[in-house]
Amino acid sequence: METFDLIFYLFALITIGSAAIVVFSKNMVYAAFSLLFTFFGVAGFYVLLAADFVAVAQILVYVGGILTLLLFGVMLTNKVISVDMKTGTIHTIPAVMLAAVVFGSLAGVFYATWSTVTAPPATLTSTAGRIGELLMTAYALPFEVASVVLLVAMVGAAFIARRTKKLS
Amino acid sequence: MNSSVLSNFLDWLPHVQLAHFLIVSAVLFTFGLFAMVTRRNAILVLMGLELVLNAANINLIAFARYGGVNLDGQVAAIFVIILAAAEAAVALAIVLNIYHRFQTVNVDEISSLKE
Repeated sequence: METFDLIFYLFALITIGSAAIVVFSKNMVYAAFSLLFTFFGVAGFYVLLAADFVAVAQILVYVGGILTLLLFGVMLTNKVISVDMKTGTIHTIPAVMLAAVVFGSLAGVFYATWSTVTAPPATLTSTAGRIGELLMTAYALPFEVASVVLLVAMVGAAFIARRTKKLS
Repeated sequence: MNSSVLSNFLDWLPHVQLAHFLIVSAVLFTFGLFAMVTRRNAILVLMGLELVLNAANINLIAFARYGGVNLDGQVAAIFVIILAAAEAAVALAIVLNIYHRFQTVNVDEISSLKE
């Protein structure tokens, strides 16, 4: 085992362990905070896969934005009196079967198909500049569409979430 | 035959390659799917959705790295992150509205579209 493998297994432990807490914890606040470690672990995978810009974007957007939104959601949709913030589960047995089938087929296909692919040549340079060029050339139209989608989502979310004033 | 499969697997395990990343993403995908199916609270269903999106992103970037160093997969991952941000904002706005109307966000109790 080399350092790369050890670091991979460290991040795999962090990611999968905290994802398990997200899925199985009864306490919503614990689930939200372990999602933080899942996102960090995934960002670590991106660094291992030589995607530095995406890793930084992951930390900025997921940890800085989406996780904060989810925590606000947790806080705003529970009565303050109920401090424990417990939540239940439904359909456990069918879900276990579904998850086992999905994981078995996915992992089987991945292992059978891709287990012989070896490491590519290691030319690791910064990707931010080249991603910027791609966004301005080959992906210019999706980039603009994404900006419109973000604007529409922002306006729509603000419109949906505001409280309507009662006309007296 | 079984023992050779097992020894191949044990030989494969400590040398991290493409399939290791793919299998971690399969684990994340399964956890996310499980959370989306079993959780009663709508916020936790959204957390499961984020896990699924992260699993898809790991796949995109792993293939971008191992299929020759190619940036198209990373750009696709960035678009996934953008759409996840938009989705989280809109979904949480809807969840807040549901809470104001029904005083609960348990997905199995919200069964009416209109009062």
